[in-house]
Amino acid sequence: MTTVVARPEAPTPPAPARRGRRGRQDWSAYLLFVPAMIPILAFSVYPLVQGILLGFTDSQSGLGAVTTFTGVENYVRLLDYDLFWQSFGIGLIWAFAVTIIQFVAALCLALLLNANLWGQGIARTIALIPWAMPPVIIAIMWRFMLHPTYGAINGGLGALGLPDDTNWLGTAQWALPAVIVVGVWAGMPQTTITLLAGLQGIDDQLHEAAQIDGASVWQRFWNITIPGLRPVIVAITTLDFINNFNSFALVYVLTAGAYGTMLPMLFAYNEAFRYGNFGLASAMGNVIVIVIAAFLFVYLRAQAKARTA
Amino acid sequence: MSVITDAPRAQDSGGQDDDRSRSRRTRRRVWRALQYVALVLFVCFLGFPLLFLVTAAFKTQQELQSPDPQLLPAQWNLDNFIGAIERAGLGQAALNSLVVALATTLIVVVVSLPAAYALARFQTRLRGLATGWILLSQVFPFILIIIPLFLMLRPLGLNNTLGGLVVVYVVWSLPFALWMLRGYVAAIPSELEEAGAMDGASRLRVLVSIIMPLLGPGLVATALFAFIGSWNEFFFALVLIKDEALQTLPQRLALFVGSEGQVALGQLAAGSLLACIPSLVFFAIIQRRLTSGLLSGAVKG
Repeated sequence: MTTVVARPEAPTPPAPARRGRRGRQDWSAYLLFVPAMIPILAFSVYPLVQGILLGFTDSQSGLGAVTTFTGVENYVRLLDYDLFWQSFGIGLIWAFAVTIIQFVAALCLALLLNANLWGQGIARTIALIPWAMPPVIIAIMWRFMLHPTYGAINGGLGALGLPDDTNWLGTAQWALPAVIVVGVWAGMPQTTITLLAGLQGIDDQLHEAAQIDGASVWQRFWNITIPGLRPVIVAITTLDFINNFNSFALVYVLTAGAYGTMLPMLFAYNEAFRYGNFGLASAMGNVIVIVIAAFLFVYLRAQAKARTA
Repeated sequence: MSVITDAPRAQDSGGQDDDRSRSRRTRRRVWRALQYVALVLFVCFLGFPLLFLVTAAFKTQQELQSPDPQLLPAQWNLDNFIGAIERAGLGQAALNSLVVALATTLIVVVVSLPAAYALARFQTRLRGLATGWILLSQVFPFILIIIPLFLMLRPLGLNNTLGGLVVVYVVWSLPFALWMLRGYVAAIPSELEEAGAMDGASRLRVLVSIIMPLLGPGLVATALFAFIGSWNEFFFALVLIKDEALQTLPQRLALFVGSEGQVALGQLAAGSLLACIPSLVFFAIIQRRLTSGLLSGAVKG
């Protein structure tokens, strides 16, 4: 900084020279992109385009299999594929439940962490723990917690005199709720920290002024905190929803999709790598993208309208 | 400071309406107490599972399966850790994970640094495209990318190799690394570079002796994120690696859950705990920055 201040009267080069320099900059900018562009184009853009196209073929996993273009045949097949739509419904329940519960819980926690309570430094560190753990390990850990005989959950329930023999991950009634709780746990840190950062960006003076005017805690929450947080809320819930819908490792290790927890990603994975139907699995991927995009479109448009209204 | 904060202003109301201010103070005290209760509940919910895993890792099989379980192990013995490394083959898996994560990190940093610099400093059409791609790549489900990648890597002889996994991880980590590094470069005033150029330093010289030292912390943070991302990743490894000797740590542990892990609960816990160490250390280091500067900047951006 000091170097800059020391030379405020730096002579500006003549106009033509500057234009020449910008031309060279543009060229070197492209050159700087090359090392990152090659892998992205070759192993990300190209496969993605190919993946979308594969959804319109009968591609199989076998080495000698011939792939032919089949148009919308996969999608016609998917229409009657009840198991897929069942899995799709489970995916929607899972993604909505986890995102909403996560958001409400994380907002409460963020407000508490921002409320000048004693010990909030430690609480903040502990709140980050799930972030520091690989999804596979989170799932293994919760299998310990939820174990029907040795688990801490049933242990705790037993100590309280409640029924302590529930097989959380092994019954159709409880598997999905249990898996949703683990999903909420795993995603809490990102949501909490993002909301906390948003809270800290709200001007304290607004709260003080409202308090002087006699606004209650509740009124201030609805009229100052929520509007102030709105952009952050929209961003984090959108991201969470996408992440949750695309989630794989957690549920793969927890239940492998058994007992009504077959998320769409697990279903598509099985279709592709267990049964070898690459084309059909890609078609499922395309359907999933379209549905996610439709939800996001509706949600983001409603939010944009609410902001202008 | 926030909605729930009590203002010290409560005391100002003076001696009049003593009753009202007292009842208000009681209400405030109850509210505070409720806040503490809620905070403790959250801390238990988020912290207890890890505590349970840690204690399980030190327990003997008898303790784990005892009908009258205790939270703390009778003796803190390391048998499970030794057993996990030797018997479950976690040592080899950890080595594979380490090699893959280190190679990925190195390549990601080398490749993304120039591009991040260009993204931050030059107004080109690529900038909009790159930003669009970074966002778009987050939306698409992995299944759409992994099948073509699987088909592409097969003729290249990269299926079922750690090299192939590195290729996938590099591409998978690049968007986020680019995004992060771009932010760090943009935070360095470009006047510094101009001043350097004015003093007659070459472009390369400016980059090496002015930008690089200032970019150090950002570069380290980006590298760590890339490392942890690859270290934790599971889905791509599951699809691409079939050879048992080449499996990564999360993959090995996920398999262990279904097989011997059923009986060797303590070893499973110990192995899981070992797999967390790199990320736990990393988050302990950066947690202060994570809660303050890093993300508040990211949110405002």
